[in-house]
Amino acid sequence: MLSDKVKSEIQQLKARYPHPNSALLPALALAQKEHGWLSPEVLEEVATVMELSPAQVGSVASFYTMFNRRPVGKYLIQVCTNIACSLLGAEHIVEHLKRQLGINVGETTPDGRFTLMEVECLGSCGTAPVMQVNDTYYENLTAERVDEILAELRRR
Amino acid sequence: MAEPVLLRNVGVPNSHTIEVYMQRGGYQALPKALKEYQPAALVDLVKRSGLRGRGGAGFPAGVKWSFLPKGVYPRYLVCNADEGEPGTFKDRVLIEHDPHGLIEGIIISCYACEVNTAFIYIRGEYEFGARRLEQAIQEAYAHGFLGKNILGSGFNLDIIVHRGAGAYICGEETGLLTSLEGDRGHPKLKPPFPASEGLYRKPTVINNVETLFNVPFIVERGAEWYTSMGTEKSPGIKLFCISGHVNKPGVYELPLATPLRTLIYDYAGGPLEGKPIKAIIPGGSSTPMITPQHLDVPLDYESLAAIGTMLGSGAVIVIGEGTCIVRTVERLAEFYRHESCGKCIPCREGTDWLYKILHRIEHGGGREEDLPLLLDICNNIGGKSFCPLGDAALGPVRSSIANFRDEYLQHIREKRCPYQA
Repeated sequence: MLSDKVKSEIQQLKARYPHPNSALLPALALAQKEHGWLSPEVLEEVATVMELSPAQVGSVASFYTMFNRRPVGKYLIQVCTNIACSLLGAEHIVEHLKRQLGINVGETTPDGRFTLMEVECLGSCGTAPVMQVNDTYYENLTAERVDEILAELRRR
Repeated sequence: MAEPVLLRNVGVPNSHTIEVYMQRGGYQALPKALKEYQPAALVDLVKRSGLRGRGGAGFPAGVKWSFLPKGVYPRYLVCNADEGEPGTFKDRVLIEHDPHGLIEGIIISCYACEVNTAFIYIRGEYEFGARRLEQAIQEAYAHGFLGKNILGSGFNLDIIVHRGAGAYICGEETGLLTSLEGDRGHPKLKPPFPASEGLYRKPTVINNVETLFNVPFIVERGAEWYTSMGTEKSPGIKLFCISGHVNKPGVYELPLATPLRTLIYDYAGGPLEGKPIKAIIPGGSSTPMITPQHLDVPLDYESLAAIGTMLGSGAVIVIGEGTCIVRTVERLAEFYRHESCGKCIPCREGTDWLYKILHRIEHGGGREEDLPLLLDICNNIGGKSFCPLGDAALGPVRSSIANFRDEYLQHIREKRCPYQA
């Protein structure tokens, strides 16, 4: 459940804005950082701290793609397949990752380490193809580079 | 190649720190603005510079500022850093390499608009950029450029960095405000425009990163300097992001009205592998695609409008021969379907239909009547959706049918994609 630390950080965020409701997106981000995803229980706790209804918080959480409403692996791999990346072979990067990880898009490896997703434009079109692993961008991807990145993540 | 202005600090080691920014002449425009200008005079300066909104719509920034109702406070300024238009990555470069340039622009703009609380709404994926901004803001407070009584002027300002969470619609200004208020990013009906009733129903100025970034240079060098570049209606300099099938993709700074050919060949190194160019999307994924016969078009708002497309965010996507246009447009339709917020029916249902029809054409299930059907759906979204997202979805569909009708027909007749082996 939400730690006291996160709860007090959310309280500080509420005081920071002219209106406390503005703290909801950052509050959900903090909760997700602690739990990896936003379970109904976590959403309810965020609602309590935010003094909003669980329905309101759930409605907001479901609108934004960066809020995970299902568990994800330790490393969430998101490959951009929008236009600039796809012109430079993003589909091959996705296929390569599927093979290397043994999963389809939207799935998590049985060891809980990797989740593979496709994502819309990440704003990295000049260095396409690109993928994001958790908060980090990996640019100018090739199949070889993907292998290096996976090996590095597996070592961690 | 002229000395870059907006990109002058990009590539300089530690350009993101306040020390390097100040060594290179940063935070010089701020004291000048505070000492030499009354707020109204600054609004007038920016008006005279002709600076237009760099997010895509191209509305004159100074005119937007002058719409703030007199005597109504508090007012807010929101910097739109929710850069999400496919093909666009210029604001990210500015934020990551030169965060203080943006902050100085925001401080001066807030002084001009009599704003004491500003927000930078940055897309959630730009975690690195958000951290850079937070650090830079702390540095600016420590140097007395933010907070109470800035440089002894009596002017106070706080800046709050607010991260989005993955929604293209929040780049639309009213959707952004709803999101910043802690809600789903649904757009609001205009009027009232944000200038009179925006964030928390208070007068609000919303400007793109690049727009605000131009302001300190205009203060330092004057409106005449700005209007000496570009054209009468499209003055100044613009960042162009070029991607796709070119040798040197990236962000380039050019005076407005520079020919498209110059950008592609002299800056971006020409087409990748020397392959002929098939189509160009000139201003981000929403702008209608053009064919190479228009390579000499000047890159400014009016010239691109004259050939039926738009300057948009300045995101040029080059598509080489050998690329399936239907597949490309299908992918863009998928994007708009995903990003439609669902509030209004023409956009929510229409983008879904566009995608489904394009998908079946690309995958061999197309019918002769699909082309008129696609255009009919476009006509039923265009001008009928609640916000500009619906219209944005039509650019690729209409322009590709106009320019590449035969390629669509080939898909339909052969019941397969001719580009698939």
